[in-house]
Amino acid sequence: MDFGRVFSEAMPLLLEGLKLTVITSLVSIAFGMIIGLFVCLMKMSRNVVLKAISGVYIWIIRGTPMLVQALMVFFGFPQLIQMTINPNFRMDALTAGIITLSLNAGAYLAEIYRGGIMAVPKGQSEAARSLGLSQGKTMWKVVLPQALKFSIPSLVNQFIITIKDTSILSVIGMAEIVNKAKTYVGSTYVYFATYAVVALMYLVVISILMIISNYVEKKLKYEAKKGKRHRDEH
Amino acid sequence: MKQRRGRGTVTNINRDNKKVIVTNLHKYFDRNEVLTGIDAEIYEGEVVCVIGPSGSGKSTFLRCLNKLEDATSGEIIIDGYDITDKKININKVRENIGMVFQQFNLFQNMTVIKNIMMAPVSLKKMTKDEAHAKAMELLARVGLADKADSYPGELSGGQQQRVAIARALAMNPDIMLFDEPTSALDPEMVGEVLDVMKELAAEGMTMIVVTHEMGFAREVSDRVLFMADGVICEQGTPEEVFDHPQNERTQDFLSKVL
Repeated sequence: MDFGRVFSEAMPLLLEGLKLTVITSLVSIAFGMIIGLFVCLMKMSRNVVLKAISGVYIWIIRGTPMLVQALMVFFGFPQLIQMTINPNFRMDALTAGIITLSLNAGAYLAEIYRGGIMAVPKGQSEAARSLGLSQGKTMWKVVLPQALKFSIPSLVNQFIITIKDTSILSVIGMAEIVNKAKTYVGSTYVYFATYAVVALMYLVVISILMIISNYVEKKLKYEAKKGKRHRDEH
Repeated sequence: MKQRRGRGTVTNINRDNKKVIVTNLHKYFDRNEVLTGIDAEIYEGEVVCVIGPSGSGKSTFLRCLNKLEDATSGEIIIDGYDITDKKININKVRENIGMVFQQFNLFQNMTVIKNIMMAPVSLKKMTKDEAHAKAMELLARVGLADKADSYPGELSGGQQQRVAIARALAMNPDIMLFDEPTSALDPEMVGEVLDVMKELAAEGMTMIVVTHEMGFAREVSDRVLFMADGVICEQGTPEEVFDHPQNERTQDFLSKVL
């Protein structure tokens, strides 16, 4: 089945791709979380302009496929910039890939945060405001920590999607796993074994993420449960 | 310390200092007029209970006093600040007005002691050490010193509400607002919360209490306001309102709840 061949010939290539996949995912998730937070706060603000900007951003990202977004960021916008501002403008695939993934994750994460914030009872922020805390401090100290806790399952879901979406970036020539695999397959025609190894690599990475997230969730749940058990005993 | 009120006993009221002056307060929710012209004055050290049927606007009135609800029109001067003035720094005013909610609203993400310390520390009223000492003192006062490191979810309703009172007191407020503080409690826990409130009243705190506890209102308050349909229909000492109600609405309400 050629597994031996893939392991000996393609493994260094694929591991290199895996490294890029993991790095791209981590960086994009980090940027996406920050972008998402700002966009979420903009969307929930009373300022009409901020609200509109964030609304349009989310609308565009959710309304177009990531493949098209990646093509736009890598080919489309650079061409536009070359024609208008700077004829020597260049963007490498890695940068384009991270921008695409971050912007994409940011839009979805914004909505996930928003859901989490809305799940925090209004009384929590009223109590903080009644003590004299500003809206910002109330958000930062009381609402967001609780919102984040509510959001964890959806956040993890989005992280998984982002990791898998790196594979789409193979079309703009980013040398992540799928791109490397395609290169190898192109010259050797070892389809099954190569793609099976690729699939396995994604499974391993995502399994690690799931183990971590299960641990975090269990820890948080334990705190909540500890309270409930106490109450039931009384 | 002066002996607390009840009927005819000495009270802590300072008639020279009006803590709350409400003039012609109106409040709309969309097109629904909830408060239809409220005038009220509350003195320093006075304990005022607000009673009345549900939907009469009691809670809305109380929430207007610290601007959790915006007044649609009228004037509210509390603690010397006109909070209907758009330029007022409401956060500064709120630092001196404690509020206790029906649903306790303890911060679920913090332990009991952090709940109490959070506002004084993050508003730079106290250092961490000072706030910790103050919080422990307050917890001892409400009988929960051993719960300092518990999470709100580990406490009974009555305990949570006592922590909520301690949290409000940590800011050293001049005025305390209570929004049906015992309505969400199991009956056996009502007493422990009311006891803390009684002590607070005896110490001379200015208190405005929206309540359905008629016994508490009768025993502790200097004055009872009866609200119906968004106005104060009748007010007076507990004896006047409970024993000799003049207004038909008051008579009708009391005949149902007493």
